[in-house]
Amino acid sequence: MNKPIIRVFAVLLVLFGLLGYFTTRWTVIDRAQLQDNPQNKRQLLAQQKIERGSIIAAPGTILARSVKRPDGTYSRRYPTAGLFAQSVGYSFLNPGTAGLERFYNGELTGRTQGLDQTLRKLQGKREQGNDLQTALDPQAQQIALDQLAGRAGAVVALDPQTGRVKVMASVPGYDPNLLRSAKATSALNSAPGAPLLNRTTAGLYPPGSTFKVVAATAAIDSGLFEPNSVVNGDNGVVISGVPLNNDGGEAYGDIDLTTALTQSVNTVWAQVGERVGKRRMNRYMERYGFGSPVVVDLPADERLASGDYCTVNGRRKIVSATASCVDIGRTAIGQDKLLTTPLQMAMVASAIANRGVLMRPAIGTRTIDPEGRTAYQNKPQQFSRVMSAASADKLTAMMTRVVQEGTGTAAALDGIDVAGKTGTAERDVINNITQPWFIAFAPATDPQIAIAVTIEKTVGGFGGTDAAPIAKAVMESLLR
Amino acid sequence: MRARNRELLGLLPASLLIVAGFGAVFLQEQTKLGDLSLTYGAIFLGLCLAAHVIIRLRLPDADPYLLPIVAVLASIGLVVIYRLNETLARDQAQWFVIGLIAFAATIVLLRDYRVLERYRYVIAAASLFLLLLPRVPGIGQQANGAYLGISLGPVSFQPAEFAKIGIIIFLASYLRDTRALLVSRKRFGITLPRLKHIGPLLLVWGLAMLMLVFIRDLGSSLMFFGGFLAMLYVATDRLIFPVVGFGLFGVGAWFFASTVGHVGDRVSAWQHPFDPKLYEQIGGSYQIAQSLFAQADGGVWGQGFGQALVSVGDSPILPAAQTDLIYAVIVNELGLIGGIALLLIYVLLIERGFRIAVLARDSFSKLLATGLTTVVALQVFVIVGGVTKVIPLTGVTLPFVSYGGSSIVANFVIVALLLLISDRARREARR
Repeated sequence: MNKPIIRVFAVLLVLFGLLGYFTTRWTVIDRAQLQDNPQNKRQLLAQQKIERGSIIAAPGTILARSVKRPDGTYSRRYPTAGLFAQSVGYSFLNPGTAGLERFYNGELTGRTQGLDQTLRKLQGKREQGNDLQTALDPQAQQIALDQLAGRAGAVVALDPQTGRVKVMASVPGYDPNLLRSAKATSALNSAPGAPLLNRTTAGLYPPGSTFKVVAATAAIDSGLFEPNSVVNGDNGVVISGVPLNNDGGEAYGDIDLTTALTQSVNTVWAQVGERVGKRRMNRYMERYGFGSPVVVDLPADERLASGDYCTVNGRRKIVSATASCVDIGRTAIGQDKLLTTPLQMAMVASAIANRGVLMRPAIGTRTIDPEGRTAYQNKPQQFSRVMSAASADKLTAMMTRVVQEGTGTAAALDGIDVAGKTGTAERDVINNITQPWFIAFAPATDPQIAIAVTIEKTVGGFGGTDAAPIAKAVMESLLR
Repeated sequence: MRARNRELLGLLPASLLIVAGFGAVFLQEQTKLGDLSLTYGAIFLGLCLAAHVIIRLRLPDADPYLLPIVAVLASIGLVVIYRLNETLARDQAQWFVIGLIAFAATIVLLRDYRVLERYRYVIAAASLFLLLLPRVPGIGQQANGAYLGISLGPVSFQPAEFAKIGIIIFLASYLRDTRALLVSRKRFGITLPRLKHIGPLLLVWGLAMLMLVFIRDLGSSLMFFGGFLAMLYVATDRLIFPVVGFGLFGVGAWFFASTVGHVGDRVSAWQHPFDPKLYEQIGGSYQIAQSLFAQADGGVWGQGFGQALVSVGDSPILPAAQTDLIYAVIVNELGLIGGIALLLIYVLLIERGFRIAVLARDSFSKLLATGLTTVVALQVFVIVGGVTKVIPLTGVTLPFVSYGGSSIVANFVIVALLLLISDRARREARR
């Protein structure tokens, strides 16, 4: 009888081998697949047990905090409601995470620094994430929202010397506290005007004449032009085989570049663009950050790249300014196939303000662990040197004239020199629908703030009349 | 070294394990860090020593490794249950004491276990009665569609756990008598026993089917029937019996899976654990899906003791973590390494069981040891296989590890019986 006994044992060993194999399958072979399964909420649920760190604005205002629920888990509250909706984002079990909440998820849940958390656990302390300190300014943000007054649009303001983002307003917005309910979430997802979209980083718009500043940078820093170089500004100059008109069909005659910028003369800048050429223009655009997703500490899918968008093989995609589909003359005046994000235009102003050095935009400045120590420092970083300091000074002088006596006088501040540039992109010529823009920095002599403002649609509005006053109000608040 | 001294030495790692295990859980929960883990270790070691003394006095020649292996399994179970729920762990510890009393009683009362043969029909009838008890109105309990438990006043237990021992005793005894007759008659070149000899065995098959219908538990019936077939094969040494047996079982299982809703649900949940409809359905695939997710989080090394996410607030993520899904909790916390280690401990236990069967001199002892060992092994296979999606998940306990009084007591009786057989076999072998 012993032989069959051993055979039974052998069969059972095979069965146990099967158990071992299946355990290996779930823990090793199919592990990633199981963890990515949308029904698997373990990671998210685990994070509900952690007291997520707060997100704090510059003056100490709490933008997001965790509250303990009776069952011991934590839920997110946004005391400032919709003030920084798209930039702070949200973190809930159901819709998931977005914005800073997602970008800094590791820090906010305390999952990044291994040893410290392990020690805390060993000491039996509750799991607690790090706080995130931002440079955001609630007061200026509120002014930006008030000024947009419900019109779809965006305002971005940053410190040109550090790249710290102070204002990041996107209208329409939403109250992130509502996302706790699944119903409100799906309603927001399909709401008209896409309130969940962060227009400052993911809204792509024709920049209009504000882009002339980029053309001017290429023209002057390359040494081809000086601010006093004279170009003919008559109406109807032929650009890429098609006559180009000035605003109102005005003929300016021979004028220098400073005047051409002050009065925003299309024909002059289009000719400058053609002289600068595609390769040189592309080089300066890349230095400004065009061509790749706009750089800031937000999740990748909330950031888009600015540049020329051509339709290639039936699909619209971003191309380099050297591509054959690009009309470089019209690109230089912000028309043709050019689309930009508001943050990208704020970066243009910022680089000139900081004497040619573009700082990498950042919302978060540091994270603070539960003991009050700095866990992670987001030090100001240089993104690129766009132009020489001398070129930046020349551009500053030109842009100062824009606000002093040109199209941007509505942005002038009492006793403070403002350098700026207006833009008015035509959205719908027949119905006279325009998209006003304004980019600026101030004080022109010692820039503390760089700003970009745009309103998606106005009936016959101009950058100087509609966007410049918004920039003025926000800068006033930030410089006070 | 003498067998009993080896056993004594073997108990040391088990005690160290429980001290270290409780220590780790205490560290996690800080509030009660103290010498309590040593106290637990000491009490546990004391209980093991008591069992050891009984064996030393009554069964000096018994297998020296069974008790230490069981002690290791029990300490793993206690630590994991403690980490899940303190109160349950205290209950479980009490059940261990009762289990040890049953263990001692078996050893003392059944000095010569062969007397069991005399009462085989009584035992068989009692076992059948026990099996069907959960369907008796008033005391029967239904859990997840299966009828496995009964409650008598404050005590509730699972009679199937005890019935399985009785049925194995009956089968061992019956097969000892009829094994020669079962293979004596050949027709058309194959072994074809007479109806009067095969009759009682067909009855056992019928019983397994009955369990599917009345108790509605695929796992238990697979365990019973598998144990039965193993004994039948060992008794006759004819492969035809288990082959036909499994065929019949397969047909029956398929039939009931497609007709009995509860069994069918379990099977479709097994086939499509991530199907959204089954996932949402009550008694659907949520449990098996969560089991797999928990194991995936464990990875190779596990997340560490006390790290498994078992519930958020009051809502459980891993349903029945302390019973059905305890293996998933162990894999989550101790990883693939921990899971494989646990399986290897069971393999050691099973190996000891079959060694006892091989060493035993008489057919009854051989069949009894084979049956008991196979049933324990299949029980591990049914529950671990269910949790790892090898087979449909059904609610049986992981022997010595899962929470559950009946299971602990019944399994201690099985170990006692194995030790009794082993003592006799080794004593006779020495002579």
